[in-house]
Amino acid sequence: MSGILVIAEQRRGELRPATLEMVSAAQAARRPGEPVALVLLADDPQRFVEAVSVPGVDEIVTVQLASRDFDPDALEAALGALIEARRPSLVLVPHSIDSFGYAAALAVKGGYGFATDVFRIAREGDALLATRGGYGQKVNVEVDFPAKEVVLLAVRASVFKPAEGRATPAVSAFAAPAARARLSGREYIEVAAGDDIDMSGAEFILSIGRGVGEQANVEQFRELADIVGAALGCSRPVADAGWLPKSRQIGQSGKTASACKLYVALGISGAIQHLAGMKHVATIVAVNADERASIFSVANYGVVADIFEFAAALRAQFRG
Amino acid sequence: MKVLVAVKQVAALDEDFEIRADGKDVDPDFLVRDLNEWDDFSLEEAVKTKENAGTPVEVVVVCVGPEEADEALRKCLAKGADRAIRVWDEELAGADSIGIARVIAAVARREKPQLLLAGAQASDHAFAATGIAVAALLEWAHAAVVTMLEYTPGAGGALLRRELEGGLLHEMQIETPAVLTIQLGINTPRYASLRSIKQAAAKPIEVLTPADLEMPPSEVGAAGSLSRVRRMYVPEKGRAQMIGGSVEEQAARVAQLIRERTGGAA
Repeated sequence: MSGILVIAEQRRGELRPATLEMVSAAQAARRPGEPVALVLLADDPQRFVEAVSVPGVDEIVTVQLASRDFDPDALEAALGALIEARRPSLVLVPHSIDSFGYAAALAVKGGYGFATDVFRIAREGDALLATRGGYGQKVNVEVDFPAKEVVLLAVRASVFKPAEGRATPAVSAFAAPAARARLSGREYIEVAAGDDIDMSGAEFILSIGRGVGEQANVEQFRELADIVGAALGCSRPVADAGWLPKSRQIGQSGKTASACKLYVALGISGAIQHLAGMKHVATIVAVNADERASIFSVANYGVVADIFEFAAALRAQFRG
Repeated sequence: MKVLVAVKQVAALDEDFEIRADGKDVDPDFLVRDLNEWDDFSLEEAVKTKENAGTPVEVVVVCVGPEEADEALRKCLAKGADRAIRVWDEELAGADSIGIARVIAAVARREKPQLLLAGAQASDHAFAATGIAVAALLEWAHAAVVTMLEYTPGAGGALLRRELEGGLLHEMQIETPAVLTIQLGINTPRYASLRSIKQAAAKPIEVLTPADLEMPPSEVGAAGSLSRVRRMYVPEKGRAQMIGGSVEEQAARVAQLIRERTGGAA
């Protein structure tokens, strides 16, 4: 068993950024001299060839599918056949909403070693070791895959640096077996639209979480955000409860704080999905009553305090 | 017509916890257990389906876990589930998410639901894998991270929306029978009334073993898993520089940071 397959991800005809991160993950995981093949699955896979012709990719395999829209039956059939044809030692996919929908099925059908949300990959002799979080990311869990010839890993985004540069890997085509789609759809809806603000463009965000407790408490934080000159954001529970529009939600399924330089998190515990949208911000200040909150592991500055008392005191600083 | 809801009793860590002597898990004395947050939403979706249906629908909950998992199942019974099944055997303690999926698939083969709902992930280990693995074992259609569902029991399909990254939804049609994994926020889970909590306490929970489900030993526990835990440890984490003092002093320091970082405009 040799070789690594990196599965590219595209959405609506655009390559997802995690794809080039997987190329770097493959470099970390490969045995000396083991080739890395990047697999493009789409209705028009050729269009992505140039974008993935980077150092670290030895070969590009194109697989033509009937549609560019996500179809787990088509992906499972095509990848299952490709993996059986090549028997790679390792298959890497991004840990993404799309892979949530097919990776476990692919692994269980093929009997491959399998782990998700992996952020470290290592080899120890013949054994492949994958590290992921446990108990709400409070511990690390190292897993291995005894007697598994093929291992499929879903790798966490924004851990590996995207591969850069230019290369000229060989390109070949693989004919996918036909699959009947049982899940199909072409309709996309932008939920985050409709509010007056684009959170991804905000440079200073003051963000509130579950700690605000109830809807009636939101207003004082809106006022505080105005007073300090910040855009008001939130974590998932606040948006799900309808206390702020979905367009204000920062995190994996909400907005990424792309332009943000200063992020003040009030009463946000720091679920991994929220951190995905803000952990890159240069200055993060976290205020939480729980000194063990996960948010303190990504923040630059931490304040252990009741967020209401803190908010009142901060307000006085700007009004005083 | 039946909807099967797969639930998990998750474990959170106590404030101070210790890793077990074998180094592979946390000492169970330091675990605080509860129903997985996502499962509250999938149960509510199943109960809503039942309430909105013109025909009788049975909502059955299944949990793989030891006796203490009855607590999670009673919570589901109090919130509208009709029947509860718990499957356990000491061998299952060594199962990963795929090992758990094999048990749930075996229950689904026996119960023959038209729809199987599971949480998109669990709050403790966040595999985001179990439901979709069940679908593969049953060879059913499947969709993950569902944030809207329109399903009429008895219909051959359902309309759903997947919640993608970056605030995008993908609306799709799916054939049934199907396995759907449910995202937070798809509905507003109800609270159980005192009366229903009392009634739930009196309802029986059917307890099964893998053998009762005719699962071959090669599929049970570690043997039916696709990964094995080598070790668990507390990571060295980056730690924020903590700002101490009175809340006024803390606020003054943060105000200073804000003025520095925003060029003093505010």
